[in-house]
Amino acid sequence: MLENNLTNSIISVNNLVKKYKKATENAVDGISFSVDKGEFFAFLGPNGAGKTTTISILTTTLFKTSGDVTIAGFDLDKQSKLVRQNIGIIFQNPSLDLNLTAEENIRLHSSIYGLYNFMPFYKMMPKEYKDRVNYLAEVIGIEKELFKEVKGFSGGMKRKLEIIRSLIHKPKVLFLDEPSTGLDPVSRKELWNYLKQVRSEEGTTIFLTTHYLEEAEEADKVCIINNGKIISNGLPSEIKQNMINEYILMNAENKDALRNELTNLNLKFDEELNFKVYYDDATAQNIIQQVHTPLNLLEINKPSLEEAYINLIGKSKEEYNNEGN
Amino acid sequence: MKEINAALTIAQRDLIKFFRDRTRFAFLLFFPVIFIGIIGGMFKQNMGGNLAYDYQLFVFIGIIVQSLFSTSVNGLVSLVRDRENDFTQELFVAPISRVTIIMGKIIGSGVISIISILGIVIYGLILGLPVGVADIVALLPVFVIATLLGGAFGMLIIGNISNQQTVNMIFPFIMFPQMFVAGVITPVNHSGPILTVISHIAPLTYVVDFAHGALAVVRPEYRNLVIYSPLTNLLIITAMFIVFVTVGTYAFSRTERNK
Repeated sequence: MLENNLTNSIISVNNLVKKYKKATENAVDGISFSVDKGEFFAFLGPNGAGKTTTISILTTTLFKTSGDVTIAGFDLDKQSKLVRQNIGIIFQNPSLDLNLTAEENIRLHSSIYGLYNFMPFYKMMPKEYKDRVNYLAEVIGIEKELFKEVKGFSGGMKRKLEIIRSLIHKPKVLFLDEPSTGLDPVSRKELWNYLKQVRSEEGTTIFLTTHYLEEAEEADKVCIINNGKIISNGLPSEIKQNMINEYILMNAENKDALRNELTNLNLKFDEELNFKVYYDDATAQNIIQQVHTPLNLLEINKPSLEEAYINLIGKSKEEYNNEGN
Repeated sequence: MKEINAALTIAQRDLIKFFRDRTRFAFLLFFPVIFIGIIGGMFKQNMGGNLAYDYQLFVFIGIIVQSLFSTSVNGLVSLVRDRENDFTQELFVAPISRVTIIMGKIIGSGVISIISILGIVIYGLILGLPVGVADIVALLPVFVIATLLGGAFGMLIIGNISNQQTVNMIFPFIMFPQMFVAGVITPVNHSGPILTVISHIAPLTYVVDFAHGALAVVRPEYRNLVIYSPLTNLLIITAMFIVFVTVGTYAFSRTERNK
């Protein structure tokens, strides 16, 4: 089983700690997790939780304080160059040269990564390069802007260009640090459609940090971090199941009758503005069939990752405050 | 090979940007011309007549070396701008060594420096300066070395600086005095003890002296103006280059990764 895990896992983090200079507490406090090959891994947490610190360490742009990290089979400390060769990164803030054209940014990247010799002009680059750039530009929809300077690009265009650039060397793992920040809904949707395509075509492992919970809904695995510690790690469905009670929201003209009926039926419920009837061991249909009081409201609550996340963060905050006291 | 390609790529990026920035291009080309015209003319009027050597040629060579040196220092400063614009992230996650990145920057700013002295050279030709093929052969390697030391010195300066504002503030304090103590405008080989100490601290002194030493090989009348032999200067410059690049790269990478 362990062997199987080792061969499948492309990112392995063990007891990772980062303490910034002059900080009194660890920004990342002994976290461990693993990501399997080809997996879509979502790393969630509120601002200051330790997401960007973790991603910066994994992408070799920040030194860790302690712990072990292996990426694509290479040790982060001893083989950092090989780690960098096998990863692609889209940073929180675009890291493009605004005075170069989109194509020049891609050309620079592919030459630094040793794919081609750098030539001062696009025309001098090999056909293979031109074909790949044109293909990717067409897929992602920036073919008209390919030879324009990046300084005139919108946030969405810059992100698209960064995606092309980060994928040109065919990385095994693509790190995305809050890639949707500052993007309008249409650009966000386009970005995700393209990433899905890349994942299915090239089998790239995706490591995502995000604030948008709906983006993580489709993840294979979700890891939630708060105050530098992992507070939940698993499938989105497991996290939702563990954290959110399924319930039916109902109400009636005759509240007393409904309250009595629910009590007589031995159902677990909360009464606020409406009645929240929990159905952990039954189905929603089963509950509805038992209630005969005429209802004026009936809603079946479908738990979302966002609810689970808010519950988890709230719980973790309470625990953190209690520890502090 | 991969590292060399990467260094050349980084160098070419600077070149593309240089040719695209017309204001910078024009400024770099014409500023030294104006400078050499004013300073050289002024000094020649006061002291040029009684000298055993061609003073205008002396200033001409000095300004070229100084211009190469300071343009290269300036070129490295663009790394701070890259850091502010988050572009260093792209460079630092690439599978190449930090020294390759820095060498790419040094080569790039060196080539830009050499292009930017074109204005001075044309101006010198118009003035009818007595520059022969032998002078050019003797001086060309020195010019390349001046750009390399300038780049390395620039790296040392920016190693611990994280913002452009600080660079803009300290840059004139580091560069401007060197011009007067390094023997660019007047010889410093017979200066008083204080000036001698100061001029020996300034890295520019050694490349300017190296240039005068190379010129003295062709023109014996310049031998009296030289502090050290070309070989001594070359050794000092090499040692400085290695120390500046090593310390600067270490400090820069550390600032970037060790927060």
